Amino acid sequence: MRQAFIEELTLLAETNLNLFLIVGDLGYSVVEPFAERFPDRFLNAGVAEQNMTGLAAGLASCGFHVFTYSIANFPTLRCLEQIRNDVCYHNLPVTVVSVGGGMAYGNLGYSHHATEDLAVTLPLPNIRVIAPGDPFETRLATRELCKKPGPSYLRLGKAREPTIHAAIDGIKDLRTLQILQEGSDVMLVSTGGILEQVKAAAERLTQSGICAGYSSSPYLKPFDEAGLLSIALKTKIIISVEEHGVGGLSSLISETLHRNNMNTLFRCLKTQTENYKFVGSQKHLRAKHGLDEEHISSFAMTCLADLADAT
Amino acid sequence: MIYKAKASHIGGAFSVIDILTSLYLGNILKVSPDSPDAPDRDRLIFSKGHCTSALYAVLAMKGFFSKDLLERFGEDESLLLCHTSHHLPGVEFSTGSLGHGLSFATGCALAAKRLSRTWKTYAILSDGELNEGSTWEAIQSAAHLRLNNLVAVIDANRSQGLGNTDSVLKLTPLAGKFAAFNWDVIEIEGHDHEQILHATSIDRSEHDSPLCIIAHTTKGKGVNFMEGKLEWHYRSPNEKERDQALEQLSR
Ligand SMILES: Cc1ncc(C[n+]2csc(CCOP(=O)(O)OP(=O)(O)O)c2C)c(N)n1
Repeated sequence: MRQAFIEELTLLAETNLNLFLIVGDLGYSVVEPFAERFPDRFLNAGVAEQNMTGLAAGLASCGFHVFTYSIANFPTLRCLEQIRNDVCYHNLPVTVVSVGGGMAYGNLGYSHHATEDLAVTLPLPNIRVIAPGDPFETRLATRELCKKPGPSYLRLGKAREPTIHAAIDGIKDLRTLQILQEGSDVMLVSTGGILEQVKAAAERLTQSGICAGYSSSPYLKPFDEAGLLSIALKTKIIISVEEHGVGGLSSLISETLHRNNMNTLFRCLKTQTENYKFVGSQKHLRAKHGLDEEHISSFAMTCLADLADAT
Repeated sequence: MIYKAKASHIGGAFSVIDILTSLYLGNILKVSPDSPDAPDRDRLIFSKGHCTSALYAVLAMKGFFSKDLLERFGEDESLLLCHTSHHLPGVEFSTGSLGHGLSFATGCALAAKRLSRTWKTYAILSDGELNEGSTWEAIQSAAHLRLNNLVAVIDANRSQGLGNTDSVLKLTPLAGKFAAFNWDVIEIEGHDHEQILHATSIDRSEHDSPLCIIAHTTKGKGVNFMEGKLEWHYRSPNEKERDQALEQLSR
């Protein structure tokens, strides 16, 4: 996803002369194309994320659309108050970009995982929060952000995520829930790079004769409530899947369902704090948190069985 | 304002008022109430937002908004909250959480460089907010970027929340610290308008570093029972104290 992002950004910067990229001393072998092509609109702010973000707000107040770029928690939690006060409160065009959303940096450990970033950015004023599910969604998100600059958070995976959408042109409106497969028994709703596991889980369920669908919610703010409600009318169980703890997609869905008096069964899969001590690759850690295709599909089976028992 | 709103921070407002007065009313800043958002205006970032009463008073004097508005400082539905707010004309940046202003100012100064524009950026900082790590990130950054169009004025009243700056978190040698971070530094008497006007109008075009002006000031300046007294970081004057203060200040 980071490759898709930087390619798009570099392309967009050819015609959009306000685009500015600041990195927090990382992005080796990723950001060079932009830095070399547009040295006047590039800055390495050093390992100083608070200043990176405050400085970005200053540049933005003078007409630039600034992207700040760093890993996992560094561009969000480390400088949250600068995002809150300097960027969001002032409604300035700064897009915070994080690579390594969730546990993409696997064995680098908890310090390099972003598992609370959505919870802290979603309540901020004026912000858009986007976590693309595949490289196509990443490209479209980058284009949309440049078209309509404003406070925003773009949460990317890392590298080599598969494309899940068949084609980029097939994505009609990125702001809506992207239903990749309909499912009348269960609908898996995910956000971010975990989409790949969700797709595989849906395929497993389908093979077991269950009518399982899956979807991606790149936009978390604004969240496609109408899209969710229409899913709720068409399926027995909604299961959210995200590489993030409480306060992200699961909270948005449960709040939306509750507020609209929907009683479609809703269950969520997310990271659990007691599992943050484990070491391993992203694949390994996803399994530890029950977020791999195997766990997702067996969890869905259990939910369906419970529902059948109850009725 | 502070008496009516029962607000705090009068001490720090009096220590910074001469700096603000000189910059705005001494016409150092190229800003105009007729076009507060003019693209090439100078930028003043008031980082010690808790002392915003001083900024609001000077902006009203300059004509950015009516002086009547000052009477509504801190009131319900007023535009004048008790920290600096960008919702007012003439205010660039909202502050209140210490340690944000210099980074934002660095961004404004860098924008001028990258756009080949001539506006200057001034940041007014308290000495207490030099405790903040974020301020030192900005200090490194502005010098690294050789922002000779950036001036930081430190309101060095040597007092902060719970005591003397050196007793809270040792700050001296302050000039030496800025110099070591590759800033040019000058020290002035921060209530002497001549000195402030001179220091803030030095032509910096031949330099290649930002300028730090350490303005030595007195908290509560001008009112004998407030000068140097920590309690005036918090207290609001009662009616009698207000009248005494006004009497002393009008001399
Ligand atoms: C980040 C942050 N921490 C704490 C405070 C609370 N606070 C308000 S003023 C102040 C200290 C005041 O000292 P100084 O900054 O030197 O200001 P001055 O003496 O000029 O009024 C503190 C700690 C704050 N506003 N922001």
